[in-house]
Amino acid sequence: MNALRGFILKEAHHILRDRQTLTILLLLPLAQVLLFGFALRTDVQNVRVAVVDAAPDYATRELRGRFDGTTVFEVVTTVPTSAALPPLFERGAIDQALVFGPRFAERLANGDAAELLVVTDATDPNTGSAMQAYATGVVQEYERELSLGRATGTRILPQVRMRFNPTLESVNLFIPGLIALVLTLVSALMSAISLSREKERGTLEVLLVSPLRPWQIIVGKVLPYLVLGVINVVTVLLAAWLVFDVPFRGSTALLFAECLLFIVTSLALGVLVAAVTSSQRTAMVGSLIALLLPTTLLSGMIFPIASMPAWLQPVSNIVPGKWFILIARGIMLKGVGLEHLWRETLVLAAITTLVLVIAVRRFDIRLESS
Amino acid sequence: MTATDACATPLDRDDPAVLVAGLVKRFGGTVALDGVSFSVRPGELFGLLGPDGGGKTTLFRILTTLLLPDDGSARVLGLDTSTDLWAIRSRVGYMPGRFSLYPDLSVAENLDFFASVFGTSVEAEYDLIAPIYQQIEPFRDRRAGALSGGMKQKLALSCALVHRPDILFLDEPTTGVDAVSRREFWDLLAGLRAGGLTIAVSTPYMDEADRCDRVALIQKGRILAVDTPAGIVDRHPLPILRVATPDRYRSIQLLRSYPHAHSVYPFGESLHYTDARGDVDPAALASELRAYLDRQGVLQPEVEPIRAGIEDCFMALMDDPSLEPE
Repeated sequence: MNALRGFILKEAHHILRDRQTLTILLLLPLAQVLLFGFALRTDVQNVRVAVVDAAPDYATRELRGRFDGTTVFEVVTTVPTSAALPPLFERGAIDQALVFGPRFAERLANGDAAELLVVTDATDPNTGSAMQAYATGVVQEYERELSLGRATGTRILPQVRMRFNPTLESVNLFIPGLIALVLTLVSALMSAISLSREKERGTLEVLLVSPLRPWQIIVGKVLPYLVLGVINVVTVLLAAWLVFDVPFRGSTALLFAECLLFIVTSLALGVLVAAVTSSQRTAMVGSLIALLLPTTLLSGMIFPIASMPAWLQPVSNIVPGKWFILIARGIMLKGVGLEHLWRETLVLAAITTLVLVIAVRRFDIRLESS
Repeated sequence: MTATDACATPLDRDDPAVLVAGLVKRFGGTVALDGVSFSVRPGELFGLLGPDGGGKTTLFRILTTLLLPDDGSARVLGLDTSTDLWAIRSRVGYMPGRFSLYPDLSVAENLDFFASVFGTSVEAEYDLIAPIYQQIEPFRDRRAGALSGGMKQKLALSCALVHRPDILFLDEPTTGVDAVSRREFWDLLAGLRAGGLTIAVSTPYMDEADRCDRVALIQKGRILAVDTPAGIVDRHPLPILRVATPDRYRSIQLLRSYPHAHSVYPFGESLHYTDARGDVDPAALASELRAYLDRQGVLQPEVEPIRAGIEDCFMALMDDPSLEPE
């Protein structure tokens, strides 16, 4: 029997026999999608609003009603002066406050500037700016309707439109990052663990005293995990599509090809980690710190790269996840093809090749790591 | 003959299967091998005897190309272990000291896998491994991790043999195995040797020396002696007595303070005593010691002259480097 085939068969046996780990590996992506999709969203909902209205009139009542009428906002209290606001914010009783200026309706009717102060709890800046934007949206909508009613109303209103993700569904943005996360977790971590297990158990010692070349050992070890990675990608994409209605604007074939490339990247990183560590435990901790953390924090998956400190931004360039996320977002949300993504793809391929070469070279043909 | 087909050439009967000269290996400040030299003849069952930490595993790892020596040279099947590693790797069978098969794979799957690694199949090599494999074949679907110690070793031996190696390196194959399985294992090795296979085995059990054609005694990275088991035993220069008393600890103290004592060490249930006077008559010495112990109040001491065993030789060589050959 062919050595490589025998190796893959044996590795498949390992994977299929360890039912617990296999179950986790197959269900983990699904759990992640649901978790990120339902719980960890940055879209705002149930914003508790306090209204400061010293002299209510028809306009303030109307605007207040509009806030209350949306699913996003809920007016929880009305206070006479803004002096009452700080304790409410501090207690966390409200997320946002609308402070109406004096003679609101009268000024509006005269065409004067009517004053409205929107105060937002920006403890979490992402949520804060989202709430701010939503609130501004409601006010502008009202303003627009008012000006339409006028014969002379040609006031120019600023318009903001969210492109690509008009409903600001954060789940759309998360899916590409999630694929990167899951593949780093499953492909990189598992290939690192399974390779260092051979070291730890001493089976590598036997494999080394055989005609197998390092690349054969590496390919044999990681190929079955490539299959597992593909299954994971399919799981995430299916869940995203069926449960969350995430759009697939671009070519599915291209998306899969790019996913395949990123699986290879992750596997290569796992092999590299296994090559430089000597036990399963160090390999695991090593992959978590060196691979998973950057993929979560520096790839732009959760925190936009643009909002990172200037010195940190170049660092994100060496995180393969960043390039994959750019590519996947481009294909899924913008619907663009390789003509716009070839640069990112090239970078990802270059990183992959580099890691592969280093991993194979670092893989010792003897037992010494000197 | 060109250089490229040199590695495919079978050895002459006279060329050593293993030739080690002045081998030195250090790990940091520790010297694991300190100038080791010996050779193994083709077709020989060669034993490497020594206590744990003596350098047996390091030596086997150098011979199987897993480690590079710091100094000296090692040739296996006429090939240099430092430079011809790929040629050596496809021609040796190696069984590491630790059980190194896949516990989650079945007996048959382990064997199939190692056959495939060497580009062969169990069916093709069945006649060679049959005497060993048939003993574990009833458990072919059992996971290797669930086998008993003796069966694990038989499986490991089958895996090391499945590609018809020209030489077999077995690192402590009988450590941690029960006495019956140990004997069975050595019977299997004897069978392989009869088939013409060169085998190098390491073991910490001195009583296994008799199963080898020749043995090397190794201690603290140095070879103390290389000879046939009988040849080694014959070298023991001093009279040796077995002493059995109810109070072993006190007897050791007493015998060690005896003026002519050379060495006293526990041996199983009893003690072994060697006398510094090489020319004394063993029978006379026995009564002399019995009288001495009697005087010291030791009840019913049993003292009898015995023939030195390998372990006694080992003790003697360890204590007195001047007894080394050459």
